[in-house]
Amino acid sequence: MKKLILLLSVFGLMTACDNGEAKKEVVKEIAENKAVLNLTKELPELSIYNLPSTWTTQENENIELKDLRGNVLVMVMIYTSCKAACPRLVADMRNIEKQVPEKDLDKVKFIMVSIDPETDTPQRLKKFSEENLMTDDHWMFLRGTPEDTREFAAVLAVSYKKISPIDFSHSNIISVFDEEGVLVHQQEGLGVDNAETVTAIHQEVSN
Amino acid sequence: MKSLIRLAICFTVLIQSQLYGQSDSMVEIEGGEFVPLYGTKTEIPVGDFLMDVYPVTNAQFQKFVKENPQWKRSKVKKLFADENYLKDWKDDETLGEDQFEDAPVTNVSWYAAKNYCECQGKRLPTVDEWEYVAMANKEKADAREEKSYNRFILGWYETPNTYKNRIGQTFKNYWGVYDLHGLVWEWTLDFNSVLITGESRQDSTGENNLFCGAAAVGATDLMNYAAFMRYAFRGSMKAKYSIKNLGFRCVQDVKPEAL
Repeated sequence: MKKLILLLSVFGLMTACDNGEAKKEVVKEIAENKAVLNLTKELPELSIYNLPSTWTTQENENIELKDLRGNVLVMVMIYTSCKAACPRLVADMRNIEKQVPEKDLDKVKFIMVSIDPETDTPQRLKKFSEENLMTDDHWMFLRGTPEDTREFAAVLAVSYKKISPIDFSHSNIISVFDEEGVLVHQQEGLGVDNAETVTAIHQEVSN
Repeated sequence: MKSLIRLAICFTVLIQSQLYGQSDSMVEIEGGEFVPLYGTKTEIPVGDFLMDVYPVTNAQFQKFVKENPQWKRSKVKKLFADENYLKDWKDDETLGEDQFEDAPVTNVSWYAAKNYCECQGKRLPTVDEWEYVAMANKEKADAREEKSYNRFILGWYETPNTYKNRIGQTFKNYWGVYDLHGLVWEWTLDFNSVLITGESRQDSTGENNLFCGAAAVGATDLMNYAAFMRYAFRGSMKAKYSIKNLGFRCVQDVKPEAL
């Protein structure tokens, strides 16, 4: 069975990397056209939507990252049993969210990716979202396989390590992606001034 | 249909490489517990696994690239490799003139290395697995306190351009593995589990005197220093980096369940 999963993941990577030449120039959609973003055009080479991984949301739905195409993404990696930095990272995310105008919120997804997929089941993520009053549509919690989580962290330049059965050390980085999945901004650290992050989101939404 | 064909192709490649995998040299590493030189002070369990005797060579990677064109230099997506990817190759499929076929492949990103191993039915070793096997010298599974062992490693760190050498010319260690020290640095699966901070000296298992080499230097200081170099290197990596002295090898779990 493990082999089969491996085979499938190899297959996934192959298809993902088999998209042919990506166009260098990405034509920016004007704001009015966003709803009908052309999903058939080539992804930029640097897009995270080139990653073939599948994730489960707090609603227990399976998605691929590219299903998020067309949204501006604000992403952070956390784990729900975390007592030290994560609550502050979550607070930072909420802080950023508060500064995004109401009218823009349907174009932005605020996404928490678990670095502890073994513990953070969809049910647990759901509970966490409710406890933290993050139940609106623009909040999303994702859980993947340990391998895909490691790979995704590599993309975000996030480091993490399990240091005890219940604890991880991890870097505190909040990343912003444009609607084609290309990284446009990162803020590192806890409780840092997030003005630049908010500006980056605003810019991408109004592009 | 198209995807079915692709699946079949990768499947064939996988089967072939499985066959290779058997004859191709891997050796069994008997797991155990060890205290890594860096990052924790507690014993870490390492399970049994198989490890490639040698790092992946230019010729092997050349074959992989031909079979998996998405990893050709001109095709690879920028998300998965920076501009130094295979940069010394003459073109997409040809090695550079001064590159030996049996020298370790370098200038490969973590994504490429990871996929190479996956397509062989293998995987990259974890940091802990790599460090566990790399504790060995010729005679002992854990030679970290041997002065000669540490001198060898540090001597290598100071020797330029060893990545151009052929594989198998350093020593065969206790497990039968070559080239963990003395040839190239190697990617690990969870290289991004290393968190180096300004105060990282305090994370070390040794004394807090890594940077105080002027006083009497014992074997423990040397081994901590050598390990610190490796962990710091890993901590400074990004997955798409392709570096001239950084290669990789693969490992495999001992009893993979049958298909």
